Amino acid sequence: MNYSASKPRVVVAMSGGVDSSVAAALLVDQGYDVVGMMLRLWSEPGKQAANRCCTPESMALARKVAARLGIPFYAIDVKKPFYDVVVTQFIQGYASGITPNPCLYCNRSIRFGVLLQQALSIGASYLATGHYARVVQGENGKFKLLRGKDPLKDQAYVLSALNQNQLAQAMFPVGEYQKTKIRELATQYDLPVANRMDSQDLCFLAGEDYRDFLIRNAPEIFREGEIVNLQGESLGKHQGLVNYTIGQRKGLGVSSSQPLYVLEKDIQTNRLVVGERSSLGRSSFAVAQVNWIRGEAPTGPITASIKIRYQAREVAGTIHPFADHQARIELDTVLRDITPGQVAVFYQDEEVLGGGIICN
Amino acid sequence: MKSGNLIYLDYAATAPVDARVQAKMLPFFGLDFGNPSSVHQFGQAAEAALEDARERIAGWLNCTPEEILFTSCGSESDNLAIRGLAFAQLRSAQANHLLISPVEHHAVSRTAEQLARNYDFELEYLPVDRFGRVSPDEVRRRLRPETALVSVIFANNEIGTINPISEIGEVCREAGVYFHTDAVQAGAHLSLDTRELNVDLMSLGAHKFYGPKGVGALFVRKGTAIIPQQTGGSQEYGLRAGTQNVPLIVGMAEALEIAQHERAQAVEKLTELRNQLVKGVLATIPGAALTGHPEFRLSNHASFVFSGVDGNALLMALDLAGFACSSGSACKTGNPEPSEVLLALGLEPDLATSSLRVTLGRWTEQEHILSFLQTLPEIIHRQRQNAVVIQ
Repeated sequence: MNYSASKPRVVVAMSGGVDSSVAAALLVDQGYDVVGMMLRLWSEPGKQAANRCCTPESMALARKVAARLGIPFYAIDVKKPFYDVVVTQFIQGYASGITPNPCLYCNRSIRFGVLLQQALSIGASYLATGHYARVVQGENGKFKLLRGKDPLKDQAYVLSALNQNQLAQAMFPVGEYQKTKIRELATQYDLPVANRMDSQDLCFLAGEDYRDFLIRNAPEIFREGEIVNLQGESLGKHQGLVNYTIGQRKGLGVSSSQPLYVLEKDIQTNRLVVGERSSLGRSSFAVAQVNWIRGEAPTGPITASIKIRYQAREVAGTIHPFADHQARIELDTVLRDITPGQVAVFYQDEEVLGGGIICN
Repeated sequence: MKSGNLIYLDYAATAPVDARVQAKMLPFFGLDFGNPSSVHQFGQAAEAALEDARERIAGWLNCTPEEILFTSCGSESDNLAIRGLAFAQLRSAQANHLLISPVEHHAVSRTAEQLARNYDFELEYLPVDRFGRVSPDEVRRRLRPETALVSVIFANNEIGTINPISEIGEVCREAGVYFHTDAVQAGAHLSLDTRELNVDLMSLGAHKFYGPKGVGALFVRKGTAIIPQQTGGSQEYGLRAGTQNVPLIVGMAEALEIAQHERAQAVEKLTELRNQLVKGVLATIPGAALTGHPEFRLSNHASFVFSGVDGNALLMALDLAGFACSSGSACKTGNPEPSEVLLALGLEPDLATSSLRVTLGRWTEQEHILSFLQTLPEIIHRQRQNAVVIQ
């Protein structure tokens, strides 16, 4: 137990993985009074063992890391808030025809919500995670969210919903390093972390396709409807809009002389609109629930580099901020997979300015 | 007990092995290592130690040595008692009614639930008052010709409430129904005289009274048929197969002897410290309430609820401040489900998840209590200020 620590207490959100384990080790080295915590998230009944983030194995691993570092470690059960916030929004999102990104809600409301609150309640000043991102305080006192130094691992995208208060209490120790260096450090610190594959899958899908999850948990949202072309002519039937994503070509089940793509999911009429490749793609879209990390929207249009989903390449564009956390985005390029419900994140050089949810 | 800067206030979870007990055990790991079942002199020496331990324990339980079975822990004793007796009763008397309290340790309640779920037993729960106490009259009212067994915990682990075991035992005896009590928490604090208690079966675990972990005992009154749950060799009168763990059994006997011998002074000292603790907490912390019975409770046991506080977070904060406590049904997975025992007292679920158990023991000193009382109000205050709000 590190009572000699002269620096403030920091809670590290541990997962048993290499990034959060090294994050904890780095903070111990830097002299912080480090406390490990691991979230127990919600899993479908019977599928707990396959949940990526919090299997009993990863819990045991995280405990081992904590024991190796000589820091206290506690498990925090957040099944209920996780279900209420993250899983519910996931299901409701698909029910309303969009493709939600639950990781952002989780980071905003669970990690930097419930867990941060727990950290403060035990006298910690900061919550650290193993994200590849950086946070710095600007001259005006405002906190900036920066990309992780490793461009291939940068995870600032999933933190784009955080506010000033959350960033003021956030630490991302691995964001200063390349992933290869983090692996080296894990070996140097002799941390018993498994060589797990990085995964972008949602933890509570337990490795399955999201449709399998939805069919069990929200069967009512699979409603048969019509597949139509841009002229409104019926081309066949679909088994539920939730089965399709914008830009999808395969598996439409309609025959045509030209390859057809999903252009739009019309939730009002439950119709799937398909068309030729040339009809696909937009360069302009609206975003809502925009989070400006500095705490206020720019006073006029700004140019930025924009990502329309976590794994998308960035494209240049202009953001026109409106009232009520809304904005219109004009891209310099036409993109084929602008998907309502996904989060568009705005960058200027190293800094994440914020992001908003893509509207229909 | 202090370890570094930590003060241990969780004696109901487990306790250190007394140095006198450690000394007694040591020879039986090395020099006197024999198997009590062996013919040769190594075996004979081990058997002598085993039977000596059995006799000493029987002495404190006021029973014969043949009525003591050694097991691996209190939970195993509970399992053997409930399952062994239930199956024997079903076979001999077609009795399938199990009557237990709602404040049993899981070793009893989960076993009874499994019997009800998989083997056609009918499980009935006794009512308890708001202190978690079972009334003998309520037991009498619920006994039936087909009642296979009654099980009521002697002293509850979460709330410390002591049940009127002797009176309940009398009711059962009049009706000819077998009566088991889980006395695991009672070992260092209460008399274990099985005749006075009117029990037919009684479970004990050594590590609650400064003996080693991994050893327990089950008292089974002569003439009480149980079906063994672990079969194999004929050890323990054919009721519990497996080579006896002689060093731990020797340690258990020594520990029980010391604990019972020193019981009166220990109870006096612990009661005084405990009362000081309870008084201090209730006086300095708004929204605090004692759970369990104010008088009929274990001398070392204090348990509370604090409105608007998350019990798990409270434990972490106390741990980091240097105090090792429990929420009563603490488990390391941080399960936020309210305790069944606290719900059985009629507490609202929110309040039931705000529990704290502070249990004292042989090495608790007044300065520990004073230091705890000095720290707790500030911790509770900080918890309430940072209550989790989902956004």
